[in-house]
Amino acid sequence: MDKIKLTIDNKEVEVAKGTTILDAAKQIGVHIPTLCHMKLHDMGIENKPGGCRVCVVEVEGRRNLAPACVTEAAAGMNINTHSIRVINARRTVTELIISDHPFECLTCAKSGECELQDLAHQMGIREIHFEGEKSVYREDTSPAIIRDMDKCIMCRRCEMMCNEVQTVGVLSAINRGFYAVVSPPFEQNLDHSVCTYCGQCVAVCPTGALTEVDHTPAVIRALSDPSKTVVVQTAPAVRAALGEEFGFEPGTLVTGKMVAALRRLGFNYVFDTDFAADLTIMEEGTEMLDRLSRHLNGDKTVKLPILTSCCPAWVKFFEHQFPDMKDIPSSAKSPQQMFGAIAKSYFAEKQNINRKDLVVVSVMPCLAKKYESSRDEFAVDGNPDVDFAISTRELAALIKLANIEFKALPEEDFDHPLGESTGAGVIFGTTGGVIEAAVRTAYELHTKKPLPKLNFDELRGMEGVREATIDFDGLPIRIGIAHGLGNARKLLEDIRSGKSHFHAIEIMSCPGGCIGGGGQPYHHGNSDILIKRQKAIYQEDSMKTLRKSHENPYIVKLYEEFLGHPMSDKAHHLLHTSYFDRSKHFEQED
Amino acid sequence: MPKIKLTEYATNLVKEICAKFNNNEGELINVLHQVQNKLGYLPAEIQELIAQELNISAAKVYGVVTFYSYFTMKPQGEFPISVCMGTACYVRGAEQVLDEIKRQLRIDVGETTPDGKFSLSALRCVGACGLAPVVLVGEKVHGRVATVDVKKILAEYKSGCLSDKE
Amino acid sequence: MAENKMHILVCGGTGCRASQSEQIVNNLKAELESQNLENDVRVLTTGCFGFCEKGPVVKVVPDNTFYTEVKPSDAIDIVNEHIVKGRPLQRLLYKNPKNNYKVTNTASIDFYKKQVRIALRNCGFVDPENIDEYIGRDGYEALGKCLSDYSPSEVIDIIKKSGLRGRGGGGFPTGLKWEITSKEKNDQKYVVCNADEGDPGAFMDRSILEGDPHSVIEAMAICGYCIGANKGLVYIRAEYPLAINRLKIALSQASEYGLLGNDIMGTGFDFDIEIRYGAGAFVCGEETALIHSMEGSRGEPTFKPPFPSVSGYLGKPTNVNNVETFANVPVIINKGAEWFSSIGSENSKGTKVFALAGKVNNVGLIEVPMGITLREVIFDIGGGIRNGKKFKAVQTGGPSGGCLTEKDLDIPIDYDNLIKAGSMMGSGGMIVMDEDDCMVSIAKFYLEFTLDESCGKCTPCRIGNKRLHEILDKITKGKGTEQDLERLKLLSNVIKDTSLCGLGQTSPNPVLSTLLNFEDEYLAHVREGKCPAGQCKDLLKYEIDPDLCTGCTLCYRNCPVGAISGEKKSVHYIDQSICIKCGVCFQKCKFKAISIV
Ligand SMILES: Cc1cc2nc3c(=O)[nH]c(=O)nc-3n(C[C@H](O)[C@H](O)[C@H](O)COP(=O)(O)O)c2cc1C
Ligand code: SF4
Ligand code: SF4
Ligand code: SF4
Ligand code: SF4
Ligand code: SF4
Ligand code: SF4
Ligand code: FES
Ligand code: FES
Ligand code: FES
Repeated sequence: MDKIKLTIDNKEVEVAKGTTILDAAKQIGVHIPTLCHMKLHDMGIENKPGGCRVCVVEVEGRRNLAPACVTEAAAGMNINTHSIRVINARRTVTELIISDHPFECLTCAKSGECELQDLAHQMGIREIHFEGEKSVYREDTSPAIIRDMDKCIMCRRCEMMCNEVQTVGVLSAINRGFYAVVSPPFEQNLDHSVCTYCGQCVAVCPTGALTEVDHTPAVIRALSDPSKTVVVQTAPAVRAALGEEFGFEPGTLVTGKMVAALRRLGFNYVFDTDFAADLTIMEEGTEMLDRLSRHLNGDKTVKLPILTSCCPAWVKFFEHQFPDMKDIPSSAKSPQQMFGAIAKSYFAEKQNINRKDLVVVSVMPCLAKKYESSRDEFAVDGNPDVDFAISTRELAALIKLANIEFKALPEEDFDHPLGESTGAGVIFGTTGGVIEAAVRTAYELHTKKPLPKLNFDELRGMEGVREATIDFDGLPIRIGIAHGLGNARKLLEDIRSGKSHFHAIEIMSCPGGCIGGGGQPYHHGNSDILIKRQKAIYQEDSMKTLRKSHENPYIVKLYEEFLGHPMSDKAHHLLHTSYFDRSKHFEQED
Repeated sequence: MPKIKLTEYATNLVKEICAKFNNNEGELINVLHQVQNKLGYLPAEIQELIAQELNISAAKVYGVVTFYSYFTMKPQGEFPISVCMGTACYVRGAEQVLDEIKRQLRIDVGETTPDGKFSLSALRCVGACGLAPVVLVGEKVHGRVATVDVKKILAEYKSGCLSDKE
Repeated sequence: MAENKMHILVCGGTGCRASQSEQIVNNLKAELESQNLENDVRVLTTGCFGFCEKGPVVKVVPDNTFYTEVKPSDAIDIVNEHIVKGRPLQRLLYKNPKNNYKVTNTASIDFYKKQVRIALRNCGFVDPENIDEYIGRDGYEALGKCLSDYSPSEVIDIIKKSGLRGRGGGGFPTGLKWEITSKEKNDQKYVVCNADEGDPGAFMDRSILEGDPHSVIEAMAICGYCIGANKGLVYIRAEYPLAINRLKIALSQASEYGLLGNDIMGTGFDFDIEIRYGAGAFVCGEETALIHSMEGSRGEPTFKPPFPSVSGYLGKPTNVNNVETFANVPVIINKGAEWFSSIGSENSKGTKVFALAGKVNNVGLIEVPMGITLREVIFDIGGGIRNGKKFKAVQTGGPSGGCLTEKDLDIPIDYDNLIKAGSMMGSGGMIVMDEDDCMVSIAKFYLEFTLDESCGKCTPCRIGNKRLHEILDKITKGKGTEQDLERLKLLSNVIKDTSLCGLGQTSPNPVLSTLLNFEDEYLAHVREGKCPAGQCKDLLKYEIDPDLCTGCTLCYRNCPVGAISGEKKSVHYIDQSICIKCGVCFQKCKFKAISIV
């Protein structure tokens, strides 16, 4: 590749042609502040509207200052990133942003993690020289996400995520000039839109304009109510990220400390969603084998490929956008909901607790799970199977609130019976994990032979769409994987047009899968963090003695004692669901 | 937002117009123009239908509609009044004329009188700068309008007699 | 227009149509018919004559008699006097305001004397709805020449040598732009004509498309040949129905004649043109925004590079030129680069069309050679300031430009000089202001425009302009401080320095130039709470002079809010607490008893 030489702050630097000034400066350790720009390197996700103008630098010979994030470095350029002119402009621009921003840091969900706050700090802002009208919008609360657009700085990251990466198309800039803002169509609330609650907009928003609905007060209330038995389940991806909130390196597994913290918070039982993930594999894997063998036997009523259904944002996505295909995904509920259903039946019976007195809290990397737990079909007589779903970030907030010294906690184990899991359950947390877990079990159930190897490297990675063929002892099973709803859309469109050749497809809404979920500690545009979390997930899997769902003794026991066998009537009733057509139909007068 | 039901006429109209442009999303602005020309405005339901026909998100359609000042989501008055606020008209007193119209009709720019007769908008240079300041009522151009003329012009339309005779 | 002896040309431009020029045409035709003259005299509707101030305008050729302010009812007299009796109709002739002499011939009207018409060469001379008339005036000859005699690079060379620069505002050398686009390798390229004309108060592009659409079509085809494009797009404001209609007619006639479409003139060159509509967004005049708008999106500009020449419409190389730029091209090919470059100044060749408006006597569209002075334009062509008032300033370049004053009147107008003087050429708006105009209000007016038209994508323009406007508003309300003036300067400079597109980069120009040239006026607002021009409502009062008031009650009867009291034949008073400063009494009083203080 062509190389060019330029000078930045009197230092010469050689970069590949096409490099931006921002990246060129980074190479020699010169930090240029940014706000709207965001790049998730390894995932091909980039937001660069060049709009905030915080990153301007002085390029010798140019009339205007140049935004470093979009200006390509050119040979012979002489750049000054901190001249008085630059500093003055940058600071004035920052002041302008703040002049149209509420001063609510003290009560803002984003405080401490806010990129605008950091910027103000870095610029040493003490006074705003320009006062005037501020943009004011109605706050929008949905089952999962709060939009407080007074705090929007128009970086357009959410818009890019929702449209380009997720292709959901809920958000767009509207109006223009000072009154421009990002909004769902017709300025309706999110819950009137086709939003999937994937939370990817929240994950990238630099400010407190987009945040999760806070379930922690309700959890605290339940914990302090002596008449309630409160159980908690933790999703696989949480343990790979929670540590970041307490100063651990990204990718540090904190499973044991997390369990200890939950106990100290007062949960009566600390269980694991991984257990339910194992259960999901039993149901989904069986369904898959069933469909597969009927298909192979020439049953034309069977549709292939079978699609995973453990991601609620994905479920809502196809309900809105591909309702014609709603009988293709597996009917298995997500692990969160399987857990809730089992906890409030099997476990409640076992413990002799009325389901109304049993509170199920889940800790999720996910915002869609808040919405999922509120779906009508996941409740019995108005009592939801999962009462509250808090995010990894909310759990961290609870731990901090309770003054628990997280780093000093001992490592503790989950409670039984719903806390035991296999490595297969753990890898649900990353893209490719669900299908790998399914393959481990389906292979053995189908071939009745032990797997020669447990790691399916061909299913792992960060590519947006991946495919692999797994040899089921002579039967080639073609598997597709997509993470990010835009990638899922591609596979779905192939299916719709009959081009798809897969037997089974795993779909996760968030880039990277749940490790990159909308409820995880903020990655601030650093995709290395996601990769490290992924490694941690596989590490936990490899450390487990049991790594196939059907070998989980408590799962075996659950079937023996309660469910019978996978896909039994009872299993069907408790662990499977059906989907709705949520596409809009136009009302028309006759 | 109160839901309105689309008439069969409107539904078919929108579908026809979209089809005429091959349901090509690049033609969104042309589609919006034609639909607004026919229906007078672009209510949310119409925008949703257009989005569906062109296979784009309703958010995008709404984003476009709110970007361009030519598009409106409110039905216009029977006599839409537009005051030119272009520079040539401004320096010849357009602002005072606009103020006077606002005062007489008791509405602001972008609003419609409660009886549905007049709606008021400000626009930029209609290219009749020689007649500045210029007020358009519907398609009719009133040139060299002074504040004192406003009453007379409005009366012309209020009485319902749209006189062609001058 | 050869076969008929006599022609009556009636202006069908937007201005004259607004004053019923269509009815004039109908009445003329009817009258000619009733006298059985319809075969001897043809009535033609043309594009704008430029002299909109005196519209509707009617011209009789070959004797070039020029009638102004014609009413439909005048048709009978024109036919009876001029056509039948062969003598000019005195009462409709233009009167030279300087000496009150009546002028019969256009050539001796001051308004036209100093003009050189290249881009507007056909406006007011041909029927824009008839391609034969365009062809009769050498139309499509240039295209023919290019296709058969020259290679694309030879044509580009001619344009480069002519020195033609873009008339849309930036002044980028046209030949160079064509060359860059021609060198891009791609199977699909586009020629785009920018007819968005957003500058409020400028209407040259509209007039060209209304009066001479074929010159633009011809030039676009030539451009397509040069850069290797076979598709053209005209992006035009939807607010220009007449121009759109004439353009559509011209396009279909050109296709009919084989001047558009496949295998043009049997040369194997294909070229087609489509129309795209704007929808009321000034920023869509900016080329990247224009392209996004044509693609059906919000018209938000994007960072350049890549320039449209490299990656434009649908990601393909796209050459964007302004209407007036295109209108110059066929003549340059026909008359040669040397001819063109002999007109104008050192670095700005040819002519420029200006929309002269504001407080001058002759409002209208003029085309003058580059290098002419502002004084000539305003005082000779424009006929000086209206109502004998004093010249104060002239704003060129629309909302992106700056104001120029007395001291700049003798600067030769061209791209570089205007920038040096703190303004710019822009698209050619020229608004003249007199002593009654408050320069703070003017700056605020322009800013209100940019504020309304900002796309909102970048911080400095979205929020910065809002803050600028708020400060100006404060000043016009008498609440400003001297510190505010400092803030204005600082903020203006940062907005210019950091905005994403040309709109934001130039939006503070009106503020900076008025601050520079009229600092006293700003200071009067902030220090004394006074508006010297008497325009800022909050800083003025209407008062009745008891010595002059005759008690006629006219003001009393006209005040819309009942602020005036007084008995018949006795002095009247204005209650300042009720007065809304509408100025009606001031306009109505016949005894000049009401004054603004
Ligand atoms: C805010 C803004 C508005 C503009 N408006 C127009 C316009 O109305 N018409 C036009 O021809 N060019 C306009 N331009 C300039 C165009 O971006 C572009 O430079 C021009 O069309 C190129 O054509 P030319 O080289 O023939 O001048 C505008 C530029 C900016 C920044
Ligand atoms: S978004 Fe950031 S700057 Fe704004 S109130 Fe919240 S923490 Fe403070
Ligand atoms: S949660 Fe997901 S679908 Fe909903 S607006 Fe955000 S990015 Fe779009
Ligand atoms: S809501 Fe957040 S992510 Fe979206 S544009 Fe505003 S600040 Fe950016
Ligand atoms: S991928 Fe995981 S975190 Fe993301 S929406 Fe789906 S379940 Fe939630
Ligand atoms: S300068 Fe103004 S118009 Fe241009 S991109 Fe920025 S906000 Fe939009
Ligand atoms: S300015 Fe208008 S409101 Fe004031 S006294 Fe005169 S007529 Fe009445
Ligand atoms: S970070 Fe470069 S413009 Fe926002
Ligand atoms: S400015 Fe009003 S018509 Fe041109
Ligand atoms: S419109 Fe008739 S002279 Fe300009």
